[in-house]
Amino acid sequence: MLLLAGAAFAAGCGDDGGSGSRQTALVVSAAASMKEALTACAPRFDKAEDAAVRESFAGSDELAAQIRQGAEVDVYAAANTKLPDRLHQEGLIEAPVRFATNDLVLAVPEDSKIDSLAALASPGAKIAIGSPSVPVGSYTRETLAKLPAGEAKAILANVRSNEPDVKGIVGKLTQGAADAGFVYLTDVKAANGKLEAIGLPDDLEPEVTYAAGVVGKSKHADLAERYVDELRTGGCARALKAAGFAPAP
Amino acid sequence: MSRPGWFTILLGACLTVALAFLTVPVAAIFANSSPGQLLSSLGDRQSLDALWLSLRTTATSMAIILAVGTPAAYLLAARSFRGKALVVTLLELPLVLPPAVAGIALLAAVGPKGILGGAVDAAGIELSLTTAGVVVAITFVSAPFYLRQAMAAFAAVDRSLLDASRTLGASEARGFTRVVIPVALPGLASGVALALGRALGEFGATLMFAGSFQGITQTVPLAIYDRFSTDFDSALALSAVLVAVSGAILLSVKFVDRGAALRGWQPE
Repeated sequence: MLLLAGAAFAAGCGDDGGSGSRQTALVVSAAASMKEALTACAPRFDKAEDAAVRESFAGSDELAAQIRQGAEVDVYAAANTKLPDRLHQEGLIEAPVRFATNDLVLAVPEDSKIDSLAALASPGAKIAIGSPSVPVGSYTRETLAKLPAGEAKAILANVRSNEPDVKGIVGKLTQGAADAGFVYLTDVKAANGKLEAIGLPDDLEPEVTYAAGVVGKSKHADLAERYVDELRTGGCARALKAAGFAPAP
Repeated sequence: MSRPGWFTILLGACLTVALAFLTVPVAAIFANSSPGQLLSSLGDRQSLDALWLSLRTTATSMAIILAVGTPAAYLLAARSFRGKALVVTLLELPLVLPPAVAGIALLAAVGPKGILGGAVDAAGIELSLTTAGVVVAITFVSAPFYLRQAMAAFAAVDRSLLDASRTLGASEARGFTRVVIPVALPGLASGVALALGRALGEFGATLMFAGSFQGITQTVPLAIYDRFSTDFDSALALSAVLVAVSGAILLSVKFVDRGAALRGWQPE
């Protein structure tokens, strides 16, 4: 009990760290790819709503697993529609709303020897992709499955790391550990010139749609609802646009 | 017998809190996974690959740590020189480094763009995203545990034993292998066990430096993290194995210590 009280106290101190007024803490679990955009728009939302948004960025699948384990989260924003739909079916979140789209691209470090999709299949190319359970990894596999079987197999044989989230792939690329990787266009923009994007042909490009929902257990459902609206039309929608996301149709 | 005083009650209450806090989470791992489930989840390819990889990499790492660390620790324990305290502190630093810092540090040093990355590459060694990289990461974080323990074990060896062997004509090297090591053995063994425990549990530095790929770099902790999102039950089962192995390591250390004490090996 004492320990739990201590933990609660430590958490409480964090809440009041800001302006000192009693703001409502809003916990947002968001896909790692939205890190830059959602961090940028949080202060404006905090001010307008007298709230304190606390984002937790990770692979959408890890965040979904945390919600299933009962984590106290108010908003879940994923890099696909599959995971939020499933959580909705399980009765854990309200009906999800589509709020943005992104593009899957082939990303290479500035000095990489890889300059095309075809070069990925050449022996010795080191590729980092997302693990099958994280959206970026499943989009990647979806794309590779559209290639001729031999080519897809050769590319998968060159995969050297299955990263738990998209920022892990970016890290492997910027550190030069991998020659190429599949990430979102927004990640390349956020890498400040350290990465180059090679677009995928239209017929290979997966449909990358982001969806968010209010977590059923949320104690601040109204505020969470307004945050989801913000993702679709407000300041966060503009921040997402600035980061390279497109609005959801 | 008098009734326990308030102070004893307070001590008992604190012990109860500590015990509950530290054992309930570990017990919960077993409460949630039946023995049958545990076994079946260990039979799949990903778990087997992870267990085998963890076994191979920790064994390699321990061999390196023993071969290099034992003489190094002996030097620090047996000789005094200027700056020794600084050397010991530097060797112990990774003990208190967060795993993420260890990962970044390794990337900055021997990663492809690290300060020694070119030299590593020129030597024909590939570390990032390879099994060798896993060995480097776990050796970096676990070696200090052994060094520390080994230094203490060597320092506790009675100098007169070594002096006696020298007056009998044995060289220092011979005295080291024939006298010092056998006497320090229990201490060295517990050092290995501590390093082994840390190596088996390594997560952050491995993921950052070596990546995660089944059979190549995905050790048991990385496999647990990978499964947490898709298959919580099998993540629990794999965790149960790590708990069992770590528990066995801890118990063996206790037995070695006790055996040593019974045989009068323990320094005073």
